[in-house]
Amino acid sequence: MADITLLHLAVRRLVGMAAVMLIVVSIVFIIVRIAPGDPAAVMLGPEATGADVAALRTAWGLDRPLAVQYLAYLGQLARGDLGRSIFLDRPVLTALQERAEPTLLLSLIAIAIALAIALPTGIAAALQPGSAFDQTVMALCMGAASLPTFWLGLVLIELFAVRWGLLPASGYDAPGASILYRLEHLILPATTLGLASAALVTRYTRAGMLDVLREDYVRTARAKGLGERRVVLRHALTTAALPILTVVGLTIAALVSGAVVTETVFGLPGVGSLVISAVLRRDYPLIQGALLVVAMLYVLINFAIDMLCLVLDPRLRT
Amino acid sequence: MRRRHLVWIGLVLLIAVTLAVACAPWLTPYSPSRLSIANRLQPPSGRWWFGTDDFGRDVFTRVLYGGRVSLLVGASVVAMATGLGVGLGLLAGYIRRLDAPIARLLDAMMAFPDILLAIALLAALGASAGNVVAALTIVYAPRLARVVRVATMIIRELPYVEAARAIGATTPRILLKHVLRNLVSPILVQGSFIFAHAMLAEAGLSFLGIGISPEVATWGTMISAGKGYLDRAPWLMLFPGMAIILAVLSLQLIGDGLRDVLDPRLGKEV
Repeated sequence: MADITLLHLAVRRLVGMAAVMLIVVSIVFIIVRIAPGDPAAVMLGPEATGADVAALRTAWGLDRPLAVQYLAYLGQLARGDLGRSIFLDRPVLTALQERAEPTLLLSLIAIAIALAIALPTGIAAALQPGSAFDQTVMALCMGAASLPTFWLGLVLIELFAVRWGLLPASGYDAPGASILYRLEHLILPATTLGLASAALVTRYTRAGMLDVLREDYVRTARAKGLGERRVVLRHALTTAALPILTVVGLTIAALVSGAVVTETVFGLPGVGSLVISAVLRRDYPLIQGALLVVAMLYVLINFAIDMLCLVLDPRLRT
Repeated sequence: MRRRHLVWIGLVLLIAVTLAVACAPWLTPYSPSRLSIANRLQPPSGRWWFGTDDFGRDVFTRVLYGGRVSLLVGASVVAMATGLGVGLGLLAGYIRRLDAPIARLLDAMMAFPDILLAIALLAALGASAGNVVAALTIVYAPRLARVVRVATMIIRELPYVEAARAIGATTPRILLKHVLRNLVSPILVQGSFIFAHAMLAEAGLSFLGIGISPEVATWGTMISAGKGYLDRAPWLMLFPGMAIILAVLSLQLIGDGLRDVLDPRLGKEV
C-alpha cells in the first residue's frame, strides 16, 4: 500500500519535473533570441561580411521560422547534442567536459568545508538558543552572508598568498601538474566558496534542529533518561537531516553562482571562467549549453533529494 | 523585543549609507574623476582616508560616488522585481486557472543560479547599467512571486474575501484592496533581501566585467580595478568591499528583523 503511494508520488513528481525541464529548455532557447538585432551579426562582430553572417544564419537555422527553430532545438537536445561552440570550434558538450574537473572539485570541497563548519555549529547553537554562543553564531552568519564572495577571495589572496606567502593564488593548470599540486591550488578558492555557503547552511541546520528538539518524541527520549548526546545524535539529528539535506540541494544554485565568480578570482580553468570568456566573445551556443546543463543538474539533484526525503520520511507521503 | 532593535540598527545603517552617498559633494573636497598622477597609489592617511588609486583619485570620494550607482541599481531592481513579482504572484495565487502554468514557470526560473542567469541575459542584451537592472529584475522577480502566490492562496480562502466577493466586489478591487493590503509585510521582508542580493549580484557582475562599464565607478567596478594591485595597494579593493558589506548587512538586518517582528511564529527560529 505504502509502496503504491510512493510510486504514485514519484510518477507525479517526475511529470512535474519534466514540465519544469521543458520550460527550462524554452527559457534557454528564448534568451539568445531576445538579443536586439541579428545574433549572427552580433556574434561575428563588425568585421564580418554579409556573406559570413548569412552563412552563420543558415548554419544556425536562424533564417527559419521560430517554431521550426524551436522544434529543431528540442530534437537536437534529445540526441544529446548541445550545439557547437563558435569560438572553440568544437561541440559544446566536449568543451564543458574539458573544463568540468576544477569546477566539480571546487564545488565538492566547498560543500565539504561548508558542512564541516555548519553542522556542528548549527547543532550547537540550536542546543542553547538565545545563549551568547548562539547569538555570536547568528551574527557571524549574517556578516558572512553580507560578504561578496569575490571580495572574500581577494582578501584571502592578499593575506595567505601576498602577505604570508603560504598558499598559491593561481596557476592550477600548470602543464604536467600532479593532483596534489592542483588540490593545493584549490585550498583558497574552496575555502572562499565554502565559507560563503557555510553561513546559509548553519542557519538552516540550526532552524531544523530547533524544530525537531521541540517535538514530543525528543522530550520522551529525554524523559526516558537518555543522555543528551544520544538524544541529539540518534533521535534529533536523524529527523533534522531531511530539512538540512533539502537546503544543501537548494544551496547548489548559490554554489554554482559562487563558483563562476570564484573561478575568475583565482584564475581556475573551470566551467565558470569558460562561460565568462564565452560571454565576452558572444559565443551563444556555449552560453546556452552551459546554462542548460547547470539548470538541468539543479533540477535533477533537487528531484533526487525530494525522492530521498519521501523514501526516508513516510509522513511526507500524504 | 531584541528583533525590533535589529530592524532599527539596520534602518539607521541604511539611512547613514544613503545620506553619505547622497551628500558626497559636501563630505569630500575631492572630485571622483580628477586624475592626479603625482599622488597615485598613496596609502590611507589623514589626507586620503581610504588612500588613492592608480590614477591618483581619492578612494574615499570614489566609494561615496560609486555607492550612488550601486544603491540606485539595487533600488531599481527591487522596485521592478516587486512590480513584476507581485503581479505574477497575485494572478497565480488568486486565479486558479493561471496557477499551474505560472507556478511551473517560476519553478523553472528558480532552477537557474542567479548570477549565471543574469550573465546569460546580459550576454544577449549587452552590458549596461539599464540591462543589469533588467536582467536582475528577471532573476529576482520569481522569488517574490513565489512568496506572494502562497500568501495569496491563503488569503483567498479567508471569510472576509469571500464576503467581499459576495457583495459583488470585482476581482481587481478584491486583489488591490483586500489581498494586496495583507501582503505588505511579506513583500517588505522579501524586498529587503532582494535589495541585498541585487547589490551583491551587481558587484559580482561588474567584477566579472560583464555588468556596468569599468569606466563608471561602482563598488563592484572599483574592486575589479583594485584586483590588479593586491600586492601593492590592497586598500583599492578593501574599502569598496566594506561599503558593500555595510549596505548589504543593513538590508539583511532589516529583512531578518522585520520577518521576526511581523511573524512572531518564527520568532525563535532562523
